[in-house]
Amino acid sequence: MKIFDLENDSLRSLNHNLQSIKAGSVTTDWQVENPGGSHALAVGLNAEVNVSIKGSTGYYCGGMNQQAKIHIYGSVGPGVGENMMSGQIIVEGDASQYAGATGHGGLLLIKGNASSRCGISMKGIEIIVMGNIGHMSAFMAQSGNLVVLGDAGDGLGDSIYEANIFVRGHVKGLGADCIEKDMRLEHINTLERLLLTANCDVDSKNFRRYGSARSLYNFKVDNLNSY
Amino acid sequence: MCGIVGLFLKDQNLQPELGTYLADMLVKMSDRGPDSAGMALYSKSLQFDMKLTLKFEPAVRKQDLQAILDKDLKNKFDVQLRGSHVVICFSKSDYDVVLDCITQFNSVACVMSKGEVIEIFKEVGSPRNFVDHFQISGFHGTHGIGHTRMATESAVTTSGAHPFSTAFDQCLVHNGSLSNHNGIRRKLLADGMKFETDNDSEVAATYLSQKIASGSSLRDALNQSLDDLDGFFTFVVGIKNGFGVLRDRIACKPAVLAETDQYVAFGSEYRALTNLPKINLAKVWEPEPATVYFWTH
Repeated sequence: MKIFDLENDSLRSLNHNLQSIKAGSVTTDWQVENPGGSHALAVGLNAEVNVSIKGSTGYYCGGMNQQAKIHIYGSVGPGVGENMMSGQIIVEGDASQYAGATGHGGLLLIKGNASSRCGISMKGIEIIVMGNIGHMSAFMAQSGNLVVLGDAGDGLGDSIYEANIFVRGHVKGLGADCIEKDMRLEHINTLERLLLTANCDVDSKNFRRYGSARSLYNFKVDNLNSY
Repeated sequence: MCGIVGLFLKDQNLQPELGTYLADMLVKMSDRGPDSAGMALYSKSLQFDMKLTLKFEPAVRKQDLQAILDKDLKNKFDVQLRGSHVVICFSKSDYDVVLDCITQFNSVACVMSKGEVIEIFKEVGSPRNFVDHFQISGFHGTHGIGHTRMATESAVTTSGAHPFSTAFDQCLVHNGSLSNHNGIRRKLLADGMKFETDNDSEVAATYLSQKIASGSSLRDALNQSLDDLDGFFTFVVGIKNGFGVLRDRIACKPAVLAETDQYVAFGSEYRALTNLPKINLAKVWEPEPATVYFWTH
């Protein structure tokens, strides 16, 4: 295992080392100590490496990730896993605003709570939050799955295109064009697969699914006078 | 951007460290705004029940001020030079006389704060220069709030830096920008309030001071501001015995709170808090939007 201590080693050299690992290389394990809330930790990786971060991080941890498995033993600042393409990010603590924003793929597992705008504009990423999520989550979500074991804040799924939102707890309010939808077998299968991935021993029957009413897809000529 | 820090000490044993912790916290937020920095520090003076902080032009000499005060004040007083500012500590009964004395320096001095316990220091430049210039690390006290500014709404000047103090022992720091501040300023001007700058955050501070002066609690004033102030904000508001935190309904301006048995700390980012005692064991969370938080002694 390679150990980087950010008390002594620079963040730039850590990211340079991690980004230099080419896709297809033998998997290696990396440990980052004393992250101290630093920004942009382990961003832009594109290889099957395991990165273990022992503490809390700042903005954009694991941003643009491809293939790497990043495990944060602490909480993360805004934009964890932003625009992730593949791979896996696990957060033992809480996540700040816009976790997993615009993510195209991969898995983001947050064991604590996620703040506002979780999964904003998500495009295929799978996000599991074991606690609660804040307001305006899954805003303009386009594809992927957002699973929430706790409660959701106000304006959930506002202006959502597609994507599935599964919430076990209370939803404070749904955003424009977001409605509750039937849980068909395919959705139950997806949800159970994700719960198994996250080792969550909870019953899929306790979840409700939310998605797009698709009424914003096309301009309604009746609304012309509003413009 | 802009960066905010705040520290409210529950444990009296930490009071000698207030300045040291706040200085470290503010310097950690340097990347969020290098234009100017400021801090409000609250500490009770053993000898005096009133403090007035002035920014002085370098040409003014402490001795000149001291001589004038010596001549006119009935009671004991103390004048301390701290960087480009002076703090006058005196008896409340001499308040009007002190104000008279400093009018003689109107063209070269500017009042930063007045009150029983508040002292405000602020200057153009980076947080590192600020904490060194004002020797913030040497400060004892009960609580304090600091700000590092990336200017958007008004010029980069000392008086445009935060905190803004618009009433005795009150001050406000702000991350964000208000879009209806000119309208609110006009209303406040019509009500007789005065402004030093074109800054939007000064409008927020004056708005709250006016509400409090007309009988509202700070909590009610902050709740009312959610309806009256349009724009983005995370506010930290200092008062004589504590501080309050409020984020707007959208809450896109970052805020992290940490609480232990010994303190409550505020940072725009978690990294501001990393050197606080037992931070690993603290309860750390983000304040909810449109929710007023308060800690007082």
